[in-house]
Amino acid sequence: MDLSVVDLSRLQFALTAMYHFLFVPLTLGLSFMLFIMESLYVMSGREIWKRITKFWATLFGINFVLGVATGLTMEFEFGMNWSYYSHYVGDIFGAPLAIEGLMAFFLEATFVGLMFFGWDKLSKPAHLFVTFLTALGTNLSALWILVANGWMQHPVGAAFNPQTMRMEVTDFLAVILNPVAQAKFVHTVSAGYLIAAAFVFGISALFMLQGKWTAVAKRSMTVAASFGLLAALSTVVLGDESGYTLTDNQKMKLAALEAAWTPEKAPAGITLFGIPDSAAHTTRYAVKIPWVLGLIATRSIDKPVASIYELVAVAEDRIKSGVLAYQAVEQLKLKPADPDANRVFAEHGRDLGYGLLLKKYVADPASADQATIDKAAWDTVPNVPLMFWCFRIMAFAGFFFIGLFGVAFLMMALRRHESRWIQWAGVLALPLPWIAVELGWVLAEVGRQPWAIDGVLPTSLGASSLSRPELWATIAGFTLIYGALAVVEIGLIIRTVRRGPYAHTGEPAGELPTRLDTPRGGGLDLPVPAPAE
Amino acid sequence: MALPLDYMTLRVIWWALLGVLLIGFTLTDGFDLGVAALLPFVARNDNERRMTINTVGPTWEGNQVWLILGGGAIFAAWPFVYAVAFSGFYLAMFLVLAALILRPVGFKYRSKRPSKGWRAFWDWALFTGGFVPALVFGVAVGNVLSGAPFSFDSDLRIAYHGNLLGLFTPFTLVCGLLSVAMTTLHGAAWLTVKAEIGPVRDRARAFGDIAATGVIVLFAIGFLFVRFTGLGYRMVTAPDTSGPSNPLHTAIIPAPGAWLDNFAAYPWMWLAPALGVLGAVLAMTGLRRGWGAAALGGSAVSAIGVISTVGLSMFPILLPSSVDRHSGLTVWNASSSHTTLFNMLVATVIFLPIVLAYTSWVFKVLWGRSDTRTILASPDYY
Repeated sequence: MDLSVVDLSRLQFALTAMYHFLFVPLTLGLSFMLFIMESLYVMSGREIWKRITKFWATLFGINFVLGVATGLTMEFEFGMNWSYYSHYVGDIFGAPLAIEGLMAFFLEATFVGLMFFGWDKLSKPAHLFVTFLTALGTNLSALWILVANGWMQHPVGAAFNPQTMRMEVTDFLAVILNPVAQAKFVHTVSAGYLIAAAFVFGISALFMLQGKWTAVAKRSMTVAASFGLLAALSTVVLGDESGYTLTDNQKMKLAALEAAWTPEKAPAGITLFGIPDSAAHTTRYAVKIPWVLGLIATRSIDKPVASIYELVAVAEDRIKSGVLAYQAVEQLKLKPADPDANRVFAEHGRDLGYGLLLKKYVADPASADQATIDKAAWDTVPNVPLMFWCFRIMAFAGFFFIGLFGVAFLMMALRRHESRWIQWAGVLALPLPWIAVELGWVLAEVGRQPWAIDGVLPTSLGASSLSRPELWATIAGFTLIYGALAVVEIGLIIRTVRRGPYAHTGEPAGELPTRLDTPRGGGLDLPVPAPAE
Repeated sequence: MALPLDYMTLRVIWWALLGVLLIGFTLTDGFDLGVAALLPFVARNDNERRMTINTVGPTWEGNQVWLILGGGAIFAAWPFVYAVAFSGFYLAMFLVLAALILRPVGFKYRSKRPSKGWRAFWDWALFTGGFVPALVFGVAVGNVLSGAPFSFDSDLRIAYHGNLLGLFTPFTLVCGLLSVAMTTLHGAAWLTVKAEIGPVRDRARAFGDIAATGVIVLFAIGFLFVRFTGLGYRMVTAPDTSGPSNPLHTAIIPAPGAWLDNFAAYPWMWLAPALGVLGAVLAMTGLRRGWGAAALGGSAVSAIGVISTVGLSMFPILLPSSVDRHSGLTVWNASSSHTTLFNMLVATVIFLPIVLAYTSWVFKVLWGRSDTRTILASPDYY
C-alpha cells in the first residue's frame, strides 16, 4: 500500500476529529450546567435564573450544532478512509456506534429541540426534565463513543476468525465493561465539565470586568466555580492513568510519555523536565522527583514501571510469534480444516497483529530478516518527545484548574465576586482547557501508534485503497468548510456574548441590588423565609 | 453460548431492519430534506422563510439521528457493505457530508443575524443541504442496483476500480431524481400539515403536485430500465445461509432482467411497487384538496413502497460487483457474526420502542401549525 495514502488519511482523521472535539466537551459540560441553572430557576421561581439558563442555552445551541454537524463526518470517515479497518473490526467496533445512536443520540437530539422550543409548551418541571434528558443523552453518547475508542486501546472480548478474515466478538460484556473505556469515559466527561465551567466562568468574569449584567454574571460565576472545582478534581484524580498497566501498548504509552527509556528500580521517579532524544534513546537534562511515578502508575512501592527497552524486547518476541500466526492464516485460507495450521494458530493467534507490523516493510512477513524485525519492534514506540510534552502541558492545565477553581470557589463562597484578579484569571484562562483536551487526544491516539487496534491491526494496514488526489481533495474541502464554520461560529459566540443575556427582552430596571449581595438564601436565590412585614 | 435465534433468521431480520432504518430516515428526515430543498421556492420573503424553517425547527435534529443510526447499524450489522459503499463512493460521500454539515448550521445560524446577505447565503446552504443528499443517496441506490466496480483480495481488502463520474449514468440519475422527487413530495406534504394557511402552503401544494407526478413517472422509467436495459444480477451458487461471512465463496453474475425474478416467484411482492404508485396518487389528491393527513400519509406510503421494491427485488443480494463475480455482497455473506447480530437485535428491541415513544410524544407536544406572528414575537424561534 502507498504509505502516503495512510499518512494523508491519518492527517484528515486527526483534523476532523480534533475539530469535532472543540465542540463536544463544551456540549457535555454545559448541558449539565444548564440543568443545574434551570433547577435553581424551578426551585427558586426567580426569573433571573430563567434568563441565566436561556442565555447560556443560546451559546450552548451555537456550539452544539457544530458538534452534531462535525460528528457526522466522524461516523462516515471510518468507512470512507479506513475501509479495511471497518471490515476488520466492524463486528465489534460498529456495535457501540450503533447503540450510541439508538440509546444516546436519539435522546439528546430529540429533546434538544424541545429544550429550545418548549419553554411555553411545557410546565416548569417538565421542561427541566427535558433539559436533563438532553444532558443525559450527550453524556451517554460520550460513554458509547469511548467504549468504541477504549476497545481500540485495549481490545478485549474478541478473537480473529480466519474464515472471515476479521476480528469477531467473543464476549460483548467485556467490550462494554472494558476498564480502559470506563477510565477514559470518566476522564473525558470530567474534562468536558471543566471546559464548560471555564467557559461560563470566563465569560461571566468578562461581564464583571466590563461592569455589565453583573446579576447574571455573579450567579453564573458561583455555579461555574463549584462545578469547575469538582470537574477539575475528577479530571485529574480520575485521570485515565489507571489503564496504563493493562496492556503492552498502554504500558508503552506510559513509558513514552515519561520518556522512560531504560529500566529503573521500583518505585520509579517522575520526570518533571527533560529533553527526550528519540535517536539516542535517552532523555537529556532530566529533572526527576523520586518515587512519584511508581506510586501513581503501579499504586505500589515495589512494582517496576516497564521501560521502553524492555517493551521493545517483548514486541520483538511477539513479532516472531506473529509471523507463525500469519503463516498459519495463509494456510487456513486455502484449507480451513488443516489441523496443523489450526494448532499453530491456536497457539500464536494472539500475536497475529504483531506479525502484520512487518507488512510495512515486506509483502510476506515470513521473509523478514532480523534487522527488519528489529525495525518493526522499534516501530511500537510512539513519538516520545511529542508524548512527553503533550502530557506535561495537559497535566499542568489540570493542576492549574484545581488551583483556579479552588480559589474561585472560596472567593465566591465569601461573596468576593468583585475581585479583579480572579476575574482576569478567569478571562485569561479561557483557551487553556481546549488546549489541554486536544493534547489529551494527541496523547491517547499518537500514543496508540503504530496500532489502529492495539496489538491487532497496524494503522498502516487499516486505510482504504484511495488515491492521493482523492485524499487531497477531501482534506482541502474539509479545511475550507471547517475553517469557514469556525470563523462563523466564533463570530456568533462573540456577538451573542456582546449582546448579553437581555438581547431580546430588555434589561429589567431593578436588577441590582440582588439577593446575592446578602448572605441569605445561600447566594443562589433558594427560597428563604419571608421577612416579617 | 447457544443463541436463541439461528444465524439465518438473524440475517433476514437485519436485512429487514436495514429497510426499517432507511424507511425511518426517509419518513422523518425526508421531510426535512424536502422542506430545505423547497425553501427558496415556496417562501419568497424573510418572514415566509422563517415560518417555513420553523415547521421543522424543533424536530430536524432528532430526525437526522435516523441517518446516524443507519450508518452505525450498517457498520455493526453489515460491515462489508459499510466498508465497500463508503470507501467506494468516496467523493460522493464527501459531497453528501459537505451538504449535510451545512444543513444543521443553516437551521441554527440563519436567523442569528438580520443581514440580508447572511440569510440569503444560509437559505441556499439549506437548499443544498436538502437537495444534494437526496440526489446522491438516490444515485447511490442506483449504483447498488447496477453493481459497483469493486473486488476483494484474499485478505478481504477492498479495491475500487471506478471514480466519481462513473457513478452518474442515465439509470442512476433517474434513481437520484426519484429520490429528490420523493423527499420533495414529503416536504411539500409536511408543509401542507405544518405551515400556516397562506401563500407558502399553497405554493408547497403546487410543488408537491409536480413532485408526486415526478415520483410516478420516474419510478416507471426506473422500472423500464430494470426490465429492458440489461440491469440485474443473480447469485449462481447455492446459498450457505448460516455460513461464515466471506464473499469469496459466493458467485454473483450479471443477468439481464434478474431484478424481476423475485416478483415472478412471489407475485404478492407486486404490492410494494403498487403502494409506491398508489401512495403518490393519494398524496397528490391530498395536496390538491388541501387534506394534509392524506398528503403526508400518501407520501409516506409511497416512500415505503418504493424502498421496499428495491429491497425485495434484490434479495438476497445487497451489493453486486460489476467487475468480480466472487466479490458481490449478499445477506448470507456480508453480515456481522451471529453473536453481534443477536446482541444488536436485543439492543434494538429494547431501545427502538423507547425512541419511538418519546419521539411521538415530542411531535405531539410540538403539534400545530408554524405561524409568523408567534415566530416574530419570540426570540426562541429560528
